[in-house]
Amino acid sequence: MPNRSFFWFFLPAGLAMILFIGLPIISTGIQSFYAQHDQILVKVKKCDPFGCKVSVVVDQEATSKIKGEKPLGKFNGFGTYVDRNHLATNQVSEFWGESKSIGEFVNKVGNLPFYKALVFTLTYCVIVTPCVLLLGFIIALSLNAVSRKIRGPLIFGTILPMIVTPLVGSLVLFWMIDAEGIIGANLQIMMNDPYLSVKSSKSLTWITIIIYGIWHHSPFAFVVFYAALQTVPQEPLEASIIDGASRFQRVKHIVLPHIYPVVTFVALISLMDNFRVFEPIIGFSAEGSAQSLSWLIYDNLVNEEVILFGSAAATSIMTIIGISIILAPVLIRTWREFRTNR
Amino acid sequence: MDYGLDKKSNSLKTFNTLFIVIWLLIACFPFIWTFWGSFKVRADFFSRADWWYAITAFNTLIETGVRFTTEAYSGAWFEGEFWKASRNTIIVTISVVSISLFLGTLGAYALSRSTKNYAFWILIIALIFRAMPHITLVSGYLFPFFQLQIWGILPTTIVVLVAINQPFTLWLLYSFFKTVPKELDESALIDGCSYFQTFRHIIMPVMWPGVITAGLFSLMLAYNDFTVTALLLNQENHTMVPKIQSYLGTNQHEGNLMWAVSSVVSATAPLFLLVMFFQRQIISGLTAGAVKG
Repeated sequence: MPNRSFFWFFLPAGLAMILFIGLPIISTGIQSFYAQHDQILVKVKKCDPFGCKVSVVVDQEATSKIKGEKPLGKFNGFGTYVDRNHLATNQVSEFWGESKSIGEFVNKVGNLPFYKALVFTLTYCVIVTPCVLLLGFIIALSLNAVSRKIRGPLIFGTILPMIVTPLVGSLVLFWMIDAEGIIGANLQIMMNDPYLSVKSSKSLTWITIIIYGIWHHSPFAFVVFYAALQTVPQEPLEASIIDGASRFQRVKHIVLPHIYPVVTFVALISLMDNFRVFEPIIGFSAEGSAQSLSWLIYDNLVNEEVILFGSAAATSIMTIIGISIILAPVLIRTWREFRTNR
Repeated sequence: MDYGLDKKSNSLKTFNTLFIVIWLLIACFPFIWTFWGSFKVRADFFSRADWWYAITAFNTLIETGVRFTTEAYSGAWFEGEFWKASRNTIIVTISVVSISLFLGTLGAYALSRSTKNYAFWILIIALIFRAMPHITLVSGYLFPFFQLQIWGILPTTIVVLVAINQPFTLWLLYSFFKTVPKELDESALIDGCSYFQTFRHIIMPVMWPGVITAGLFSLMLAYNDFTVTALLLNQENHTMVPKIQSYLGTNQHEGNLMWAVSSVVSATAPLFLLVMFFQRQIISGLTAGAVKG
């Protein structure tokens, strides 16, 4: 296709992506260097019959004037990045100096908001992604062994957790595991602990969200693996059966190598999706004990008093850096393939 | 995999069936339970005394006189103005699907027919854009949108959702267009069609399955979105998902939690029906990118 026609065909889609994905990333980058204005304080001397008092009040007029002149806020450089709510460089070096052991240091750093969220996000990714791959693969294998006639409804049932939005999915589960819901109440009876509640314990909350993640993402892995299984060639399988290969050996040496490219694809997609985890935290009302990077941004943006654009933008930029690190190996590989193909 | 040679032992068959039954129970039971519970009163579905009440409808019988009550539904739809939210969802969904299919088919067709380097790079950039967490994009939107005073209204959200949806739509349709042989458009071009005429009269008619799949995914994205709609729309224009969340937030109302339950069911039901009818397309879409590499 000549460049000219390509340009006109691609223009609308390209424009939409540049305007609403490319520019916002740049806008986030710029915002991250600014912080909201300080309120301008004035000393007011008030005198009444009992004497004079000097009090400090906010000069509303001047504050709103400076906000009108510079709506972006004051320039802060990398100030937002290193403050207590983000990388907290000062605190970290302080902790490094005063902590007696590595464990204590890690513990203290892990309580800073940004690192806390980072730890949760990474834990979630690292646990959920392999479990999703494994469970999806097992479901695909076992559904593949079922008679073709009843597969349709079974597949429909299997993909239900995936098609609902994460907020709805997590709410549906949350209502069941709630202390007043069916699973929560039965757990209390089983554990013989009338005060057992998933909400009150940090580790239980983490486990719940991780289980939710596996429940929600496995169907996706299943669908892709299931389709890939349909393309596995039959001859080598039959040959291996004649040669006396066990079921496990067949899966390991014939099926898995065949679907290997698909495994990396699923792993990449679920890693990307897991890294942005945030709706389940709202659905499970788990803000208290589990926070993710995306949740921190959301929290800044829905702040009641003043929206913390700068703070949200700084976290966003660091999230984008995190995503790039995850994507880098894939991009490098694709680029190499592209060069050798040429 | 029905291999003639592959004899399965009975114990393996039993184990397999058992596994599938357990998995389906895990996958589907939460929805069935919520559907059942949405016809009860709060004291039953969130029973402090005994969860068995949710099945026997003990309190529902006392409070309303019947075992199945639609109180939660009427409360959410009328008093809670869920009808407004679902109207907004319909507007957003239809607009997003039609606009993003229009942009996506044009763009993906161009990408699939170009042999230049830049087509490859555009696809790679689209992949990077696909990986961006939506909330980071939203944090980029809010400030300029406030300044331009286009925050809170439906058209802004529609355009944003279309844009966010583009990378995935492009990739999906690209892999579909690749399967249409190039000879088809070459012969049309030789016969004197312009590129657009070829696209419109030769390629589109054979592309319907791919377009339907891409449309379904745009629909699910627009319908399910929480991040963008919750932060870019004002209260008045909220779509269904942020509306459900708003029922959770305010706990003064006894009815609110049940409103959330019933609206979750109301919002999920159309989606399930849709998937039931278009299951084949959705699965072919999910695997299109993967199996073909």
